[in-house]
Amino acid sequence: MIAEAANTAEVLIDCQSVWKVFGDKSAAAMRSISERGLGKREILQEFGCVVGVSNATLEVRRGEIFCIMGLSGSGKSTLIRLINKLITPSGGKILVKGKDIAALSQTHLRQMRAKNIGMVFQNVALLPHRTVLENAAFGLEVQGVPKAERLETARQALEKVGLADWLERYPNELSGGMQQRVGLARALASDPEIILMDEPFSALDPLIRRQLQDEFRGLTKELGKSAVFITHDLDEAIRIGDRIAIMKDGAIIQTGTAEEIILNPADDYVAEFVAGISRLHLIKARSVMRSTAEFQNAAPDLDLRSLAHTSPNADIDELITLTMQSEHDAIAVVDNGQVIGVVTPRSLLMGVKGTGGSGLAAA
Amino acid sequence: MNDAVLHFSPGAYLAPSVDWLNRNLHPLFSAITVVVEATLSAIEAALLAVPPPGLIAIIIAAAFFAVGMRIAILVGLCLGFCLLVGLWTASMQTVALVTVAVTISVLIAFPLGVLCARHKTLEAVVRPVLDVMQTVPPWVYLIPAVMLFSLGRVPAIIATIVYGIPPMLRLTTLAFNQVPREFLELGSAIGAHPRSVLWKIEFPLAKQTLLVGLNQCILLSLAMVVLAGLVGAGGLGAEVTRGLTRMEMGLGLRAGLAIVAVALVLDRLSRGLLQRGAQAAAR
Repeated sequence: MIAEAANTAEVLIDCQSVWKVFGDKSAAAMRSISERGLGKREILQEFGCVVGVSNATLEVRRGEIFCIMGLSGSGKSTLIRLINKLITPSGGKILVKGKDIAALSQTHLRQMRAKNIGMVFQNVALLPHRTVLENAAFGLEVQGVPKAERLETARQALEKVGLADWLERYPNELSGGMQQRVGLARALASDPEIILMDEPFSALDPLIRRQLQDEFRGLTKELGKSAVFITHDLDEAIRIGDRIAIMKDGAIIQTGTAEEIILNPADDYVAEFVAGISRLHLIKARSVMRSTAEFQNAAPDLDLRSLAHTSPNADIDELITLTMQSEHDAIAVVDNGQVIGVVTPRSLLMGVKGTGGSGLAAA
Repeated sequence: MNDAVLHFSPGAYLAPSVDWLNRNLHPLFSAITVVVEATLSAIEAALLAVPPPGLIAIIIAAAFFAVGMRIAILVGLCLGFCLLVGLWTASMQTVALVTVAVTISVLIAFPLGVLCARHKTLEAVVRPVLDVMQTVPPWVYLIPAVMLFSLGRVPAIIATIVYGIPPMLRLTTLAFNQVPREFLELGSAIGAHPRSVLWKIEFPLAKQTLLVGLNQCILLSLAMVVLAGLVGAGGLGAEVTRGLTRMEMGLGLRAGLAIVAVALVLDRLSRGLLQRGAQAAAR
């Protein structure tokens, strides 16, 4: 349901078959990719060029948090830098708010980066000689916003990330988690529609990281921002992202919601990745339920109306709790007052295992 | 084999070009002379307008508030020594020469150093030139300088500037190359104008190394200004030269110690400010 609602929203970032080839002969390498269809290895051997991103296509809609998950060297950090043209693509097209960023003049590109696209870095990059407040106001300062106004805006942004008491401190007095909050406040202060997050929480310890993930998701949704979030951690991607793209060797190999990826991994690589992920909170009643007809054939004497009810978006964890409390071994899935399916212990077990989901979902 | 064939004399090419410059660009050199002389005279006049004890008190107070107690005492002792050995005017002339030379050196070296950090090819061209500038004995600079500007303070300043540029330029390039890449990326990502990136991101982060360059520039310029006493630059260098030519041990020693005193003042003050900056950055 959430995915359907997002699908109608305006597309903010539109990457169409984007390529990035690093090296002196990248132009020639790019030509032979499109003309002769050379692969990554041939390009390295023939031209000495490294293919950073190959044929990446993705769309990010307003209000959506889009995670790009991949291991180091998969090209995810390159891809996010192509979006605000910190790195110039070798091929393909990138539209931000409908504008081709390759066609923007230097001035317009600067304006777009300043006003529409915020960015948070893994290493934060706080200026050591400035206070927390001055750091948060830095983006506005280079835009030429008057001092009183920018400090006030920065103070409000720091309040949102819970650092109201630390305004006059210097960055080296703050813990890693707090520094990262300042980085986020600096991005939020310019009030951009899009926030690019380049592995912001990777260097933090697990508890702080979990806390920041939840806060980030909450804040982004509350402010109605869109985000592209880079991570090497699938758990983080699932926790934060509305949709996830999985990258390997510069290419996006699968894009979808966490549930879609877990139930239908595109290949063995993705399957291996999702193998260790707990299904409890990811898989919904909609995906594991059996059709009512099928259920009534198996148990003709049971009245559907006597079963406990739940919504199609209830996750397996909730379904297990409901089943334990219920007298019957089945739960009716109700949407708009209609019973659309039934969840049985058998379908729950299938869901927990994460296999055969496609057959069940299709039923 | 004929020795004359193998003989190479760079001077045979240099001397005519200096002559050509002298003949054709004389008005330019005169203009430079007038400007430099006027600036020098103004600074000297300002330093000598205040009675020496008053000026020493002002400098001690400034050193105390800007750097600290110990440096203030040291500065007081050094300046007091210059006054007591009767070389106050010469010392202030030297300080004026160094101030002007260092200012011009920095104005030339800083932008060039930044450009070298940005463009590797420019650095590859400039680096060997700097090597030559630093290795050629400083007396040699005085010859063309005197040929173009005649005797006095102006050729001394010119030679000093040439001598002071290399350390400042090298350390400026180093300082800007040391700025972590992530900060430059930040500048681009927030849509900062290249000017803002230079002054608000790179300059503050490069400041410590830049101050080391400034300190080196000051001390090398002081050494050269003293040497330039040979061409009539005045100041403490002239006193040393006089002591040497008359074989007056007393005068030579007094002037030499006064140079040490001025060097200590300039070095400790610049270094003290530098360390204070480091503490502020580490806070």
